[in-house]
Amino acid sequence: MEISIRNLGKNYGKVPALRDIRLDIASGELVALLGASGSGKTTLLRAIAGLESIDDGSIHFGDIDATRLSVQERRVGFVFQHYALFKHMNVLDNVTFGLRVRKRATRPGAAEIRRRGLELLDLVQLKGLEERFPTQLSGGQRQRVALARALAIEPRVLLLDEPFGALDAKVRKELRAWLRQLHDEIGYTTIFVTHDESEAHELADRVVTMADGCIAAAVN
Amino acid sequence: MADRYRNSLVEPAPIRWLLIAVTLLFLGVFLLLPLVIVFVQALSHGVAAFFGALADSDTKAAIRLTLLTAAIAVPLNTLFGVAAAWAIAKFEFRGKTLLSALIDLPFSVSPVIAGMLFVLLFGAHGWFGAWLSAHDIKIVFALPGIVLATLFVTFPFVARELIPLMQAQGTEEEQAALTLGAGGWRMFWHVTMPNIRWGLLYGVLLCNARAMGEFGAVSVLSGHIRGLTNTMPLQIEFLYNDPGAYSAAFAVASLLALLGFVTLALKNFLEWRHGDELAALRGN
Repeated sequence: MEISIRNLGKNYGKVPALRDIRLDIASGELVALLGASGSGKTTLLRAIAGLESIDDGSIHFGDIDATRLSVQERRVGFVFQHYALFKHMNVLDNVTFGLRVRKRATRPGAAEIRRRGLELLDLVQLKGLEERFPTQLSGGQRQRVALARALAIEPRVLLLDEPFGALDAKVRKELRAWLRQLHDEIGYTTIFVTHDESEAHELADRVVTMADGCIAAAVN
Repeated sequence: MADRYRNSLVEPAPIRWLLIAVTLLFLGVFLLLPLVIVFVQALSHGVAAFFGALADSDTKAAIRLTLLTAAIAVPLNTLFGVAAAWAIAKFEFRGKTLLSALIDLPFSVSPVIAGMLFVLLFGAHGWFGAWLSAHDIKIVFALPGIVLATLFVTFPFVARELIPLMQAQGTEEEQAALTLGAGGWRMFWHVTMPNIRWGLLYGVLLCNARAMGEFGAVSVLSGHIRGLTNTMPLQIEFLYNDPGAYSAAFAVASLLALLGFVTLALKNFLEWRHGDELAALRGN
């Protein structure tokens, strides 16, 4: 689904965090938000997800005006830098959480939920690890569980906040290539935040550079 | 041979033994011995006298009142404690430092002063005294006053136990739950609660131990009406001051001490049983 952001602005008190952001992202595009820390890239990502309130402007997902929708209503797949997996749940329960918390009317049956969870674990190449707990997994495995969990809700868009930031260099490189491949396979509109220029250019269809809460440049 | 490469972090044997001996001696003289004496005194006139003292109708009323007070105060303070900890650990707002300091107030103010504060508010000559008596509502020298005093004194236990735990855990899991479509209520029960449950239980146990044992604040507000507003600690004091009921005082005291032991034992059992889970929750 395409994303269009118009005149988006946000202030922390009197300090502007985002200024007049305009950004159009085509359906199925993989875009990198590149910038130094404090440039506003994570704030923008969180604003798109609804985790951060905005003071100005609008956010559309396709024809849907998401500006006033709550986090839950926006249905975005969000992946956190430090995974944010539910520690007390096993891998399968983590992945299926978004399905299990649905209202009864739209919730699939228990067997269907399990089937979809296992299918997603297969997709992120973690077959057979469904009974493990997050603490028993490596960093790379945890981040793939987080991705599967985000995909489970069939999100309108996929938002990744420094998804490889907490991983060592070798795993980061592997996961990068794998994510690009996965994106080509499933085709979700995806924005990911990074401060690593080579990562941004290697992975994304388009790199959007941010500085001081503004979009500085967009490179194809 | 192993001793040739002594671990530099381990003290030599004589120092180790000295430290252990000092600790044990201190614990023995100041903690264990007094408790043993309570039980020895309680049973000094035989088992029959012990149970006879506990069967006294005023004493039984005191036990009931103490249990009732704890049964009201502990759940309420669990609720308030979770709410306060949640607000402080997970939100940024003006006056947060003030709220945090206020939670500690019952720890820093003498319980007697806490009791007097409520008398000043709700007593016959207090701020709301006239209005209360006009509407025939009794707070001071009645159950509501005792519960209020207990609530005040035991307020910090749950909140203080939870705040560092919740702060360490941050809000990312909650945010993840929201993006996955969970409402606030589901998020709380499925994500927040499982992460704090052992800390919460620990806080509740400590709160309960204090609620049953509180003397000062309750003493001011209770009015010491035997069989009616005397809680266990107050009844113990009353019996203790009565020359004929000296060993009865220790009988009730031993029962109160026993309630404390059960709480401590329960706490240690939980720590032993779920220690790895507790460590995992704190460590991640």
